[in-house]
Amino acid sequence: MMKINRRDFLKTTGAASAVGLFGLPNLALGATGKVVVVGGGTGGATAASYLKQLRSSLDVTVIEPNEHYYTCYMSNEVIGGVRPLEGILVGYDGLRARGVNVVHDKAAAIDPDKKVVKTAGGQEFPYDRCIVAPGIDILYDRIEGYSEAASQVMPHAWKAGEQTRLLRGQLEAMEDGGTVIIAPPENPFRCPPGPYERASQIAQYLKRHKPKSKVIILDAKAGFSKQGLFIQGWERLYGYGTDKALIDWQRGPESGVVRVDPDEGLVETYFGDQIKGAVINIIPPQRAGQIAQVAGLADASGWCPVDVKTFESKLQPGIHVIGDACIASDMPKSAYSANSQGKVAAAAVVMLLAGQEPQTPAYLNTCYSLVGEDYGISVSAVYKMAADGSKIASVPDSGGVTPMDAPDWALAREAAYAHSWYNNIVADTFG
Amino acid sequence: MLQTRRVAQLLTGLLSLAVGGLAQADDGLVSGADGRTLAQTCAGCHGTNGASVGPAMPSIGGMDSGYFVEVMQGFRDGEIYSTVMGRIAKGYSDEELEQMADYLHDKPFVPARQAFDAELVDEGRRLQKKYCEKCHADGGVVLEDEEYYILAGQWTPYLRNAMEDFREGRRPIERKMKTQLERMLKREGEESLEALYAFFASQQ
Repeated sequence: MMKINRRDFLKTTGAASAVGLFGLPNLALGATGKVVVVGGGTGGATAASYLKQLRSSLDVTVIEPNEHYYTCYMSNEVIGGVRPLEGILVGYDGLRARGVNVVHDKAAAIDPDKKVVKTAGGQEFPYDRCIVAPGIDILYDRIEGYSEAASQVMPHAWKAGEQTRLLRGQLEAMEDGGTVIIAPPENPFRCPPGPYERASQIAQYLKRHKPKSKVIILDAKAGFSKQGLFIQGWERLYGYGTDKALIDWQRGPESGVVRVDPDEGLVETYFGDQIKGAVINIIPPQRAGQIAQVAGLADASGWCPVDVKTFESKLQPGIHVIGDACIASDMPKSAYSANSQGKVAAAAVVMLLAGQEPQTPAYLNTCYSLVGEDYGISVSAVYKMAADGSKIASVPDSGGVTPMDAPDWALAREAAYAHSWYNNIVADTFG
Repeated sequence: MLQTRRVAQLLTGLLSLAVGGLAQADDGLVSGADGRTLAQTCAGCHGTNGASVGPAMPSIGGMDSGYFVEVMQGFRDGEIYSTVMGRIAKGYSDEELEQMADYLHDKPFVPARQAFDAELVDEGRRLQKKYCEKCHADGGVVLEDEEYYILAGQWTPYLRNAMEDFREGRRPIERKMKTQLERMLKREGEESLEALYAFFASQQ
């Protein structure tokens, strides 16, 4: 019952002459291919969306267990009580509207030889190219006494959602005068300025509602991202360095938390100090998400080595790894990095499926941190690939952080940009 | 000024065609990403295809390409104040800015969906016609065949920041604009700006 009208006929002949003009690659570009994206976080959702935007004929499936996603970015505002939990909730209707097939199941295994992703629910998804964006896996066993069960008492809140709600609830329930302990991990970890933005957001809450309380950061590291700017902000807003300080940053190897006792509500540092906390936020070390470990994508470091031009795994051909899970040299494990990498991987996959050389990539990162209300700071960088393919490196003399001693109006602008950035990156990723 | 830039753009374009797409600079990094690849990195802050969902970051889809390059060079060289844009602009060559400009120019400008004071719109329209229309023709919309600066449908917080920078000497202001602005503020008062913002925001 197929009728060919004049317009269809013209389309067909048009397509045929295009092939004649440009040869096979263009025919291949129009062809379909199956891409399975494992993980519907920022990297995975961006990759899926841009695959469809670049080549609508591609068959793109995202496998993601959760029907909704809580962004980690801006979750510190939820913990500080200035944004409701629903304010970081996103769904997958936007991706579906772009023609992406979103399956709510958990990827359990990837067979790189047969090119099939198998799920916990017993489904199988064959692919021509696979993109894995599993985020992070929390290493509970690195701190004595800590465990997934202990995280119900001492939340990590480093994956947003229930953990975020739990930590916020504990802060609300805490009596004035209580001590809040934050224990950040050693590098590398998701969102390098995150623990310090969290300390800021909690201090802001305490200043307004529980001014006799304080935040102690027990940090094995001697320094952190945007340190000078954070400390200046803490001095301006939270009395940092005075006897009324709302934030106390204890640094260096001896200050790191090595043991916790959830029943007693205390932590022990490497030095041997035991400190009691009314609210204890343990942010353990991390590695690439579980599927990356199962599928043999991670090396001994726990993270995934990739070709920086395409994000194809150096360990499993045909599988690309993006976002927090991959080793992306100078790029930090941030939402912006994951979004940027998702686009590079999507463009590379389109070209590789067409049998063509992937294009020269471009990468970007911008991270805002909210030190207080109307007080934003940022770090940004433009990256290019090294000619020898060894790394992704910052373009010399570009990027950098908010200048020190910035006036109030400039910091207020950055805070407004932080919120605007959130709206745009969520729309670009999931919209 | 604009014409010179267009000629310069054309020449660089021809030169890059002659040299070929891929280039490796002294720093050992690979340049040569195309306009789409470069411009797609902007979307995290300025929205998909430059259509910002706001409110503080401006939409850049559909921008005049000459003006895009000019303003990015201004941010890069520190002539125009910025918080983060100048730091990022330093990462791009003129040629890369031109490629981004051309790509974004071809995307539609999507007017911002934002609230505005409906009672001020008519007054804003009158003020725009009287003081701004000569350079921001047709109420500040996208134009053909002449340089334009999108005001109609742009995010109000962005326009406010830009205006504050013009008035505080943080952003170079052309003499004609300075004269017209001063004239308007003197005759019509500070609140005339609010009416203008309402008028621009009403064009959705």
